[in-house]
Amino acid sequence: MIQTPKDHATLADDFNIDEKRVGWHDDTLWWIREKRDKIAWQVPDWELLRDAASNIKDHVLSNLNPYLLQFEANAIANGITVHWAANAAEHNQIVLNILRSKEINKLVKSKSMLTEECHLNDFLADNGVDVIDSDLGERIVQLAEEPPSHIVLPCIHKKKEEIGELFHKHLGTPQGNSDPQLLTEAARHHLRETFLSRKATVTGINFAVAETGEFVVCTNEGNADMGAHLADVHIACMGIEKIIPERKDLGVFLRLLARSATGQPITTYSSHFKKPRENQEMHIILVDNGRTKQLGRADFRNSLKCIRCGACMNTCPVYRRSGGHSYHYAITGPIGAILAPNLDMEKYADLPFASTLCGSCTNVCPVKIDIHQQLYKWRQVIVQNGYAPKAKALSMKMMAFTLSSPFAYHAAGKMGRIVLKYAPFTVNNKFNPWYKQRDMPDVPTASFGEWYQKNRNNNEQ
Amino acid sequence: MSSRAQILAAVLANQPAILPMPVFEPFSPQGSNNLDLFVATAKGIGSTVHFLGGISEVKQLIHSNFSVGRIISPMAELSDVAETDFADLDAHTLEDVELGVFKAHFGVAENSAIWVTEELLGKRVSPFICQHLMLLINKTDILQNMHQAYDKIGTANYAFGTFIAGPSKTADIEQSLVLGAHGPRSLAIVILG
Repeated sequence: MIQTPKDHATLADDFNIDEKRVGWHDDTLWWIREKRDKIAWQVPDWELLRDAASNIKDHVLSNLNPYLLQFEANAIANGITVHWAANAAEHNQIVLNILRSKEINKLVKSKSMLTEECHLNDFLADNGVDVIDSDLGERIVQLAEEPPSHIVLPCIHKKKEEIGELFHKHLGTPQGNSDPQLLTEAARHHLRETFLSRKATVTGINFAVAETGEFVVCTNEGNADMGAHLADVHIACMGIEKIIPERKDLGVFLRLLARSATGQPITTYSSHFKKPRENQEMHIILVDNGRTKQLGRADFRNSLKCIRCGACMNTCPVYRRSGGHSYHYAITGPIGAILAPNLDMEKYADLPFASTLCGSCTNVCPVKIDIHQQLYKWRQVIVQNGYAPKAKALSMKMMAFTLSSPFAYHAAGKMGRIVLKYAPFTVNNKFNPWYKQRDMPDVPTASFGEWYQKNRNNNEQ
Repeated sequence: MSSRAQILAAVLANQPAILPMPVFEPFSPQGSNNLDLFVATAKGIGSTVHFLGGISEVKQLIHSNFSVGRIISPMAELSDVAETDFADLDAHTLEDVELGVFKAHFGVAENSAIWVTEELLGKRVSPFICQHLMLLINKTDILQNMHQAYDKIGTANYAFGTFIAGPSKTADIEQSLVLGAHGPRSLAIVILG
């Protein structure tokens, strides 16, 4: 039997089986959202900062071709080798070729959502390269053989007892011990060995400065730096939208990034890599993978302004209650739901519907992406292209018919009230998704139309 | 056509009509006293702050906190308490360093980040690989925010530079904050003058 891939709603159902865990997940992310608010409100001119960041990114996207050329020229002048990859496969092959040219088959990698998007780890494993993720959260999901469920907090869905179990199995920590301090210490020792023994490292890039050819990598753990400064080969991967014009623009973005992400004033490390060390090789891979296409979609271009802070996930009522894995894409949450359909509209047709369109994501976005508007626009594009789920398409057709015909509208309303009154079991059952977590409302005795007719007559008498 | 040419052509074809680079007024300062804000922020993210008069007091601080273990510093004035000639060693040999002591360019009040560049570090890895880190700044080198920081950095031609704010940390396990992820377990900030 061919297994159909599960959609967001089905995967969210899986996550919702354990109600207590959903509550915990929801509360944890909301707590991070509250930390973000608290620290953002301490910054005078926070909204002006968001405006500045948004306008800088708009400007970059409108002048991206010259900025890419400028960045490339400066990076090369700094002694960095620059590669271009049209898609995920080419990106992965470039990484593999670099490793093979140095006869390296072991790699330590710090967090890069781009490499998740490209499924680099799977590709390298298939080609005999051993990859260890060095961000603690990423290492945890790697040991669990799961993808990250959040772009900033990769194992936010995991309870510490599960992590204790994983570490007992893989790192030899005492069974039944789930103390975060002890588990982190165990990971520190395990990964220190890794940093000291691996000759190549892959990192992501938060910002690439056209003016100077340098790139900035932000971490709290120091894992990107430990990897990069000990390895002979440093490969840094970035989407082409990560460019900013000048070094001083970092002032705007570094003020926004960590405050929006976790409510910290700044990440522990904001490292500026301009030139390789003596005898070190430094590579940058510039990746398109659908980005030029998104740049050409006027309605969705704004999504390329994203700086991957994760604020839209922490605030999203759907993400918090459905978990990151329900998005079945590397970038989860509201921003993922507007990026994924650009890559594969059919496969990710369900994601723009996984939203209440409440707009909270748009309100917290540090670069002012109109996320909820784009979710709404994607729904229309997806339906027009025939990718809406059959049941949804059919119910929308019925709705359109009902709402466009006064007779059908009144008949349907009456029928609904009769059914609810005399045969409530036909809706109060598990086949009605609305009933799953709620009670059905009391049946009104009359429609608004009927009530108005009656009262108008009464008043006129 | 190469991927490079293909990507650049697609970008050129799809990028919208040029929008201007925004010009923004200087952003308002947070608080009225940079030093107070710096100290409060630094302590808030787990650093310790020490106001000291000069190098001899720095040595005392080192002595009272780190009686055993390897200490490195590129500062010649510390040569009697620290290894100062490690710049030519293989980076991996620093794995057993207990304490690294470095002069820094300046600190930033709004986030307590401290700017250091390669020439102040001896080796790039040194402020990351040590178990504990001590950074020295002058009292007069505390700026208000990141805009002032980049104004000060200007067009400096460093090969590697980093802002360091606090000890290395993680909260990946159930959001419980743990200091000492991969880098230093503690950061002592010494404010001189």
